[in-house]
Amino acid sequence: MNCTIIKYYYGDIPDQQSGSSISSRPGGGGEGDSSSWPLWEVFIRSKQGLDHKHVGSLHAADAAMAIENARDVYTRRQEGVSIWVVESKYIHASNPDEAESFYEPANDKVYRHPTFYDLPDEVKHM
Amino acid sequence: MTDAQNSTGLSIFSPPEGAPALFSYTLHLADTALILGQRNSEWCGHGPVLEQDIAITNISLDLLGQSRNFYQYAAALYNDFSTQEKEQVNHYIPRLWKAYNREINEDDLAFLRDENQYLNLLLTELPKGDWAQTILRELFISAFQFYQYSQLQNISDAALAAIAEKSIKEVTYHVRWSSEWVIRLGDGTAESNRRLQQALTELWPYTGELFIPASYEMQLIKKGFGTDVRSIKNNWLKKVEAVFTEATLSFPSGGGREGASWYQQGGKEGQHTEYMGYLLAEMQYLQKTFPNVVW
Repeated sequence: MNCTIIKYYYGDIPDQQSGSSISSRPGGGGEGDSSSWPLWEVFIRSKQGLDHKHVGSLHAADAAMAIENARDVYTRRQEGVSIWVVESKYIHASNPDEAESFYEPANDKVYRHPTFYDLPDEVKHM
Repeated sequence: MTDAQNSTGLSIFSPPEGAPALFSYTLHLADTALILGQRNSEWCGHGPVLEQDIAITNISLDLLGQSRNFYQYAAALYNDFSTQEKEQVNHYIPRLWKAYNREINEDDLAFLRDENQYLNLLLTELPKGDWAQTILRELFISAFQFYQYSQLQNISDAALAAIAEKSIKEVTYHVRWSSEWVIRLGDGTAESNRRLQQALTELWPYTGELFIPASYEMQLIKKGFGTDVRSIKNNWLKKVEAVFTEATLSFPSGGGREGASWYQQGGKEGQHTEYMGYLLAEMQYLQKTFPNVVW
């Protein structure tokens, strides 16, 4: 005899009654679950910082939602005063396999660092 | 208690007979924030996606913070009351606390009172429902709080004005966040629109209470306190209507724009829906089982 027992924990509600189907709306990319929302990379500028630094990624249906999500996920502890988001698919990255030819040639070129000059005492803030 | 200083050092608006009404009103503001915060927090761990789980929980925490400020002020008011003033509001004071033999504090007010001593809006205690219902209620309440706190910022009671000024920044974000969700779902798929429309039918009869002054509010209005919920109804309707237009939602039929021809009310006077008791049972369990327990 087959019998199915569904156990609901407190607060759980069946999918058809819960909010889980909301993701199948325009901009969500279609079929149902939240994994179909595109991924966004988040950059935050801190109060002291001049530049936006990459802090992580999140899912959102569009740019407006991505910024709000970023506000809620990444600035809860006063981390920043400005947010940039960009869809992850628009990020072009260097290939780790090419690291040798990309970065190693710089290893023995110490003269590219400005460390061979004697600075006059009058020059400040260097 | 004219121009008395409470424990926060801020002067209190209190014409001789106004203090008990001010206390009740402060409790009403605190309860509304607390109960909505408690309801929204039920999404914690159950949000539709991780990011929205965090968003709604953040909003819960904002509301909890607001309610703490109001409860602290209410407690300070009560502790400074004369015996005569205390008698006028003792029906709101938890029985359990009386055995504690110390000054009342924010936790006593939040966790020890009985159902009919709570003065929150009925709308806040309704079940969280589905996501549509949660975000539509959040829009209704946060838009209301926005105009309510805008008025409160300018009253002569320095403590309440300060709390309102601090809270309005949070509320502004709640309005923005919930508006975008209502627009998203309303103008989304047939299914999301249907759910939102259903939530609207469910919640609309509870919106009338927002703009009907309770007895203690009437007392304050008569004394020129500076807030009147009746006067913010039009602004609120305009705001909600603007969101609804974008969300392609229509107001419930019957009675024109007013929607329902009658409204549920009573929460502000301590008469609650059947859902309230269950909410309190869960929320108060710890303090009632282990009195004065702290982390």
